[in-house]
Amino acid sequence: MITLRDIRNLLLAAAALGLAALLPFYDSGYILSIATTMAMFTVLATSWALFSGPTHYISLSTAAFFGLGTFVTGLGFQTLPRGRLPLIAAGIGAVLAAVVGLVTLRLSGVYFVIFTLGLAELVRQLVTWVQNRTGQRGMYVLTSITERDIYWQLIGLAALVFLLGWLIGRSRLGFALRIIGNDETVAKHSGIDTAMAKIVLFMNSGAVAAVVGALLAPRYIYIEPSTAFAPILSFQVVIMALLGGTGRLWGPLAGVIPFTILWEFISRHAPNQTLLLLGVAFLLIVYVLPGGFVGLYDRLRRRFGAWGQ
Amino acid sequence: MARVVLEVRDVTKRFGGLVAVRDMVFDVHQNEVLGIIGPNGSGKSTMINMISGTFPPSAGSIRLNGQEIAGKPAHRIARQGVARTFQLVRLLPELSVVENVVAGAAFGHRQRWGAEAESFARQLLERVGMGRQVNMPVSSLTYINTKRVELARALACEPEVLLLDEWLAGLNPTELETGIDLIKSLRDDGRTIILVEHVMDAIRSLCDRCVVMSSGAKIAEGTPADVLSDTEVIRAYLGADEDA
Repeated sequence: MITLRDIRNLLLAAAALGLAALLPFYDSGYILSIATTMAMFTVLATSWALFSGPTHYISLSTAAFFGLGTFVTGLGFQTLPRGRLPLIAAGIGAVLAAVVGLVTLRLSGVYFVIFTLGLAELVRQLVTWVQNRTGQRGMYVLTSITERDIYWQLIGLAALVFLLGWLIGRSRLGFALRIIGNDETVAKHSGIDTAMAKIVLFMNSGAVAAVVGALLAPRYIYIEPSTAFAPILSFQVVIMALLGGTGRLWGPLAGVIPFTILWEFISRHAPNQTLLLLGVAFLLIVYVLPGGFVGLYDRLRRRFGAWGQ
Repeated sequence: MARVVLEVRDVTKRFGGLVAVRDMVFDVHQNEVLGIIGPNGSGKSTMINMISGTFPPSAGSIRLNGQEIAGKPAHRIARQGVARTFQLVRLLPELSVVENVVAGAAFGHRQRWGAEAESFARQLLERVGMGRQVNMPVSSLTYINTKRVELARALACEPEVLLLDEWLAGLNPTELETGIDLIKSLRDDGRTIILVEHVMDAIRSLCDRCVVMSSGAKIAEGTPADVLSDTEVIRAYLGADEDA
């Protein structure tokens, strides 16, 4: 059932995305570059939150999927049709996520976190090993794709991820995930195939991260395992999503925007202090903003009453 | 005699060297309330956990309406028609009272979704005596009301067999009376229930039959009056003569 409120929200989201899509006409330099980074993290953090938000399974494997995506483009951009690369990346990401999910999603809590962190490192080592065996080093991704193209592709992908998240939120699958996040035992005994539900969502976030990697490869120009699979990316995504809050679909976005601006500012003026920002944001989430900005917004709204009433 | 809904045959559960349940055999008939009673640590909860699929039996067979369910994952067993409550109440804290019950309706034996599931949930909450508090957060409920919500969630699956694991435990005397009446009314609705219980009053007034367990094995079976006067049962509860 679609209510008036749903229609209003859909229109608002479409308008916001449409507005964001106009940005390259305003600026094609520095601001576009930051906006592209924001779009990238918006897609990554939102799809991450679709899985980790309701289930409370903190995954640190974004870098693994992202890195694979960049390598799909790096290896295939000269021989394969360009439109097919993101699809291949999505397929590989989904399959890897399914395999990892089958093995690890019965692990809970900190064990799952550690495994996913290790996964990115494992994939990186594997790729490095293959490269050493074949005598390859890094690779150049020299294309005619501009920042503007990448930005628009990311905006399109963001629209897709938001739509998917909205649909999942209304579906039985979304409800099942909330139950799993609350009490997995109850979920099982209520008839929910908990492993399947978790794997489907984990595959989704894995596939999306791989597509983002595939789309962004031309931006890096030179790809090598140590940068493509850099674990910092996984941490950035987690911190941004939690800072914004995973309780709402727009939550991660609310974390991505301020965090990216701050990150950009700090890396320009004090490039060695970016990790400090990560740490401070983490402390802030733990001690002050347990539900992120979304949680804060909900608390304020409860205190001062709903808007317009 | 009514049709057999659940058939337990030679079910054994070993945890390492410990035999928690040994060669259990019993039937549950349609519209029957079967009590599983016995002293602490006699294997009652282990038995319930095997029926609901929390873990598989080490040996033996459990059939629901003729179909083998022993060793199947819990969600399959739930969909086939077994719903349960837990010894320590388990509600979904971030969900509202109604959503807690919809959780049972949406994925269980007879699945409902959307407006239908919600009105069904409200109906069940009314049924268990929670008409007014349906929109409250779960954290604000009194103890007996958390039990009511959990019961409504189990009922929302429309199970073939309902497992109540010490549902009456921890209630004060007034609440206990209310609780017993509630279960009694479910029995009058014609539900098939397995009850693990310590409260003797409840066993006497609710159970059609009882299975008594001690040290993992069945030591008696029959009407509550019969088994509660059985000498072996009395010994199991009160200890052997030399201990007494």
